[in-house]
Amino acid sequence: MLNSTQNHTALVFAECSDGKLRRVALEALGIARRLAQDGGAVHAVLAGGESAARSAAAAELAARGAGVVHVIDDPALALFAPEAYAAAIGAAAAAVGPSVIVLGHTAVGRELAPRVAAALRAGHIADVTAVETTDGGDAVFTRPLYAGKAFERRRFLPGSPWVITVRPNNLPIADLVPEDRKGIIAALPFTAPPLRATIRSIARKVGGGVDLSEADVIVAGGRGVRSAAGFAPLEALASTLGGAVGASRGACDAGYCDYSLQIGQTGKTVTPKLYIACGISGAIQHLAGMSQSRVIVAINKDPEAPIFSVADYGIVGDLFEIVPLLTKRFQHFLAQPGD
Amino acid sequence: MNMVVLLKQTFDTEEKIELVNGSVAEDHVKFIINPYDEYALEEALRLREKHGGSVTVVSCGPDRAGEALRTALAMGADEAVLVADNDLPDDGLAIAAALAEIVKSIAPDLVLAGLFAIDRGAGSIALQVAERLHLPHASAALKLDIRECDELPEANTSGGNSPYTTILEANASVNSSPANGVVKEGVAEKMGGCSDHHHLDENPRAKEAGKRSMKAALPDWEAASELIASVERETEWGIETVLLPLPALITAQQGLNEPRYPSLPGIMKAKRKSLRHLTVNELHLTADDLTPRSERLALLTPPPRAAGKKLTGTPEEQTIALVELLCSEAKLFGAD
Repeated sequence: MLNSTQNHTALVFAECSDGKLRRVALEALGIARRLAQDGGAVHAVLAGGESAARSAAAAELAARGAGVVHVIDDPALALFAPEAYAAAIGAAAAAVGPSVIVLGHTAVGRELAPRVAAALRAGHIADVTAVETTDGGDAVFTRPLYAGKAFERRRFLPGSPWVITVRPNNLPIADLVPEDRKGIIAALPFTAPPLRATIRSIARKVGGGVDLSEADVIVAGGRGVRSAAGFAPLEALASTLGGAVGASRGACDAGYCDYSLQIGQTGKTVTPKLYIACGISGAIQHLAGMSQSRVIVAINKDPEAPIFSVADYGIVGDLFEIVPLLTKRFQHFLAQPGD
Repeated sequence: MNMVVLLKQTFDTEEKIELVNGSVAEDHVKFIINPYDEYALEEALRLREKHGGSVTVVSCGPDRAGEALRTALAMGADEAVLVADNDLPDDGLAIAAALAEIVKSIAPDLVLAGLFAIDRGAGSIALQVAERLHLPHASAALKLDIRECDELPEANTSGGNSPYTTILEANASVNSSPANGVVKEGVAEKMGGCSDHHHLDENPRAKEAGKRSMKAALPDWEAASELIASVERETEWGIETVLLPLPALITAQQGLNEPRYPSLPGIMKAKRKSLRHLTVNELHLTADDLTPRSERLALLTPPPRAAGKKLTGTPEEQTIALVELLCSEAKLFGAD
């Protein structure tokens, strides 16, 4: 077992959003530490344009077990230019010589990991939801197939570096390390390569609070929502719970909402702690995208709707009546002092 | 404009997944073109209608994938290539190497692919192909236009009742200033490849980058003419408009277009179109390309989820009961 005795040098891509560290970066760090174990080394690369929040992000990584946090500040990294970011990871990889590179399986990580893997001729195991270590010390990675209708367990073969992307919300974040084992923060020299792609403009999402892939709570609407305006009560419930709004393919196809909200085998696969399906019948392609959620609540007029077969709790009724009541109830409940 | 579309045949999204002897049962399964690849193909066909040229569909898979390619030909693709995957290891790197070899031999102006395949779902192979061929890429395209290099595209086109704020002006330095409830933000210009004087003259840093790019990060071939792709793409932070000099690789997101159905004459014509079968031995792959990086240890289906309880009572009673159950039984929103 070559894998078992290998002392990994791990490199984590510390993804930020608006200069702030994303939780998935700490989940990636957690896996990196597990793989490196005691004999290995853990590095993080923190790349971006100059930002005031960066030092806080670097300190957090160092406090959670990144031995060295390599900070790259470059104007070319101010916006997400994949060529520049792939080069930044490349610069860190050249400095560190990692045997494992870990990124989040986010929009950003999904663009960078394949390019980094191909450049290093590394293997890429994507969208990892669990990591186990066998008795022999082999790391085994679980990932969904067919959006969760099946799973596979894979392992890397010896001889090449590993690139892993981890699905947000599925793996524990890295623990704090004792004060005397905190990592160091160091600037990494970087010259941005010539960039061929030009970011011309960005239309920011309005209000865009919680991202679907990282949301703990998702309130999703289907055809039963009946119109774009029909999403308003769902948005109110989601915002009360600090969650995000999603949709079924039916609602997207009907034009009630943007395809970026679609959950299912086409669209996004999500694994929140709580999934509230409103007016969604539960077609197999939708169930594939959400049935790994921890707790599922279904609200539907039709008692025979297939969504009830996967729901932990079902309410047969009109979502336009139930959802506002639920919002009110949660507001009342969350306002109570915790005991 | 010559285009290659990378295409995979997948299970229909309506299909259940059943395991027989440790592998996915394929009996009586309906196969389709991976939906995201179908958007890519449709876009290529529309671009050909506008700009001329050819569309070649390329797939790597078992014999049955020939049916998906035949469907693509019936939709209007000009030629198809199928690489038999039986001598390839079950690993993305090898498949990317095989596809890259074929794309390189065609040397197209534009490579289109789906954002990901709905079976494996990794979304890795197309971008590995781009990296191997030193092509710039844009992911998750919602809108795509091809222009001559000297034509300046307008800043943005979304409007109406879109859930997005208005837009940025290019060419400003990075700063934010909320005005009249509208977030305006400057975008640092990052130019390269095509000589867009309007931008280069005003930004010395970009000018420098542009010069270097002419020599350094060149793709493995040149496009027929100086074309750029203008791509509106979906990101977690909003809709981004990106300019790419061709040749480039672009992946398609849902919403890019509405794919056509093959017409009857299309189906008849497709029978006479070229569908080339290649084996891995006919490609110039190295031993390293054919060395698997990872292997599957097990294939499993998730334990079926049991139906829970349906609540009863008036709507008020049900919602009260639900919030309580979520706390006490499901342990959500607990004190801790």
